[in-house]
Amino acid sequence: MSGNAHSEHAAGKVRYGMVIDLDKCTGCGACAVACQQENNIAFRPDESNKLRTISWLTLYRLENGKDYPEHREAMLPRPCMHCDSPHHAPCTFVCPVNATVRDEHTGIVDHIAVRCIGCRYCMVACPYHARSFNWWDPKWPKTMEAMLSPEVSPRMRGVVEKCTFCHHRLNRARDRARINGEDPDGVEYTPACVEACPTGAITFGNLRDPHSQVAKLAKDPRAFRILEKLHTEPKVYYLSSEQWIHKQSDNDLS
Amino acid sequence: MDKALIPEGVKRCPLPVFGLWMLVLFAVIAWGIYAGLTVLLKGLNVTGLNNYFGFGLYICVDLGIIALGAGAFFSGFLYYGLSRFFPQLKELHKIINLAVIVGFCCYTGALLVLLLEIGQPLRGWFGYWHANVHSMLTEVIFCISCYAIVLVIEFVPIILENRKLDAIKPVHIFGHNLHEIMAIFAMTGTFLSFFHQGSLGGVPGVMFGRPFAYREGFFVWPWTFFLFTLSAMACGPAFTAIICRIIEKVSRKQLVDRSVYELIGKIEGGLLLTYLILKGLDTLYWALDTAPGFGLKLSDFYQEPYGMWLLVAELGICGVIPVILLLTPQARKSNGLLFLAFFLDCTGIVINRFAMTVEALAIPVMPFDHWAVYIPTVYEWAPCIAMLAYGALIVSLSYRYLPVFPREPELNP
Repeated sequence: MSGNAHSEHAAGKVRYGMVIDLDKCTGCGACAVACQQENNIAFRPDESNKLRTISWLTLYRLENGKDYPEHREAMLPRPCMHCDSPHHAPCTFVCPVNATVRDEHTGIVDHIAVRCIGCRYCMVACPYHARSFNWWDPKWPKTMEAMLSPEVSPRMRGVVEKCTFCHHRLNRARDRARINGEDPDGVEYTPACVEACPTGAITFGNLRDPHSQVAKLAKDPRAFRILEKLHTEPKVYYLSSEQWIHKQSDNDLS
Repeated sequence: MDKALIPEGVKRCPLPVFGLWMLVLFAVIAWGIYAGLTVLLKGLNVTGLNNYFGFGLYICVDLGIIALGAGAFFSGFLYYGLSRFFPQLKELHKIINLAVIVGFCCYTGALLVLLLEIGQPLRGWFGYWHANVHSMLTEVIFCISCYAIVLVIEFVPIILENRKLDAIKPVHIFGHNLHEIMAIFAMTGTFLSFFHQGSLGGVPGVMFGRPFAYREGFFVWPWTFFLFTLSAMACGPAFTAIICRIIEKVSRKQLVDRSVYELIGKIEGGLLLTYLILKGLDTLYWALDTAPGFGLKLSDFYQEPYGMWLLVAELGICGVIPVILLLTPQARKSNGLLFLAFFLDCTGIVINRFAMTVEALAIPVMPFDHWAVYIPTVYEWAPCIAMLAYGALIVSLSYRYLPVFPREPELNP
């Protein structure tokens, strides 16, 4: 591959990642709502045009393509994959102004909205459609303004935004660790979507800690990642016991 | 009324007729400015772009127009760089001024449209300040702005040849000296153009998450880098020739010797053939190796409305046919066939730019995702059409008031 395989990223001890158990996911959407609220994601009075919606965590409906009684469906929540491909993620590689970068100490792909020029090259480069553009100025109903989170800056019109694995919660956890005299690197924290999931389908943690639940689940025989053939190395894993779901995780010539 | 400004020994249409033409162009430009201001004030929500189509008509037109404007750098390279080794290339002197003017219009116009394309135009300078050296877009930003400056420098001596300006002695001396060193700027422009035409090709080529656009390559450059440069060289002078022919038709005059067109035809034919062979090999390797490696086959990439017809139109109708016409001496002798070949050549390259920027985004990468269709709105069409009107304005003013074609007085006694 040209351009993206020249050097390995720093082999730090922390790589935050996520495992989503599709066998447990009911598609209730609580994760998406929690994400929306936690990160001050703007919405419009009319959200019927889904191609203009800002969504850090989108629910996709999968179908096995068969008729009743073999018909099966599943919901697949898709946050940013925080791609761990060597050298660069697809989006960080192309951003002309370094507005989106991967923190090599945590593996989190972040986006600096105030540096973003809104060229949308990162959106185009992302095969997961994990990025949204602010097509309008963010506005909330007056009564909701007091409910905005003070920890996350709202994004302005004309910039791209995406899931940050609730980076502000990581910062909060690191601050707490420092106050307690603990090592701030590798602290455990919980993103909003994980906290909100009523069935406990989402597990989050350090993929490089072999004792962590997330690392164990990522090695589960039911585990798979989306579009593995692209070598984007997503840090979001999925679990499913259904082969037809595994089959839909990647393009296949067979 | 404006006779004193018109070059000596040539005839131009009456000023009221020219004024009327200017009014038409200004009206189109005003429409484009209105649409552009609406985009700047209201945001990109007035366009047809969305989260699936981050790139649309603006980028497509920019890439197309920059490829068509390549006549400036490539004609300059042939004339200033290679004509001492190949004396027959000196013929290009007769059209080099027009090539520079067309290049100037294309690049400055593209930069204006690019300003609308970004969501935060006031942060456009971040590209220089926070530059990501790995991004192909950074290379594009640097090279295009540098080359636009070079084109301004190349255009200045042509402007200074205006009768009234040339009568001012210091201006005459300055213009003459600029002419003397123009070869340096032509070579600088060539260097910059090789890179930015290539980096425009690199923009889709490096997207390893997008199997339609992604290409393997050499070192940090995907094959599209080289193909875009070559294809721009294969269509730029042809576009200049088309513009020249349009001016000839409108003014009912012969402005360059026919041998110039035939020379351009021969050069473009050879380059287009080379490009087609390499593009064919690239497409085959991509279809038979790269795409299957991602679990996809060729037919997965072409579905209506972006069907296989696009590939046939790009490489067949607008590729093979112009190559045959341009490399056949008898066809080059026929004005109809020669300019049909030039037109098809330019159309094919624009289709290529469309495919690599817009069609590339229609294709779902995740198997459970869906195809998307992009329809530009009037707020995208208007600035793009206005950019063409802006180009027509500059070319019209230049033709009327500057000695663009050195052979015009002799060919039209």
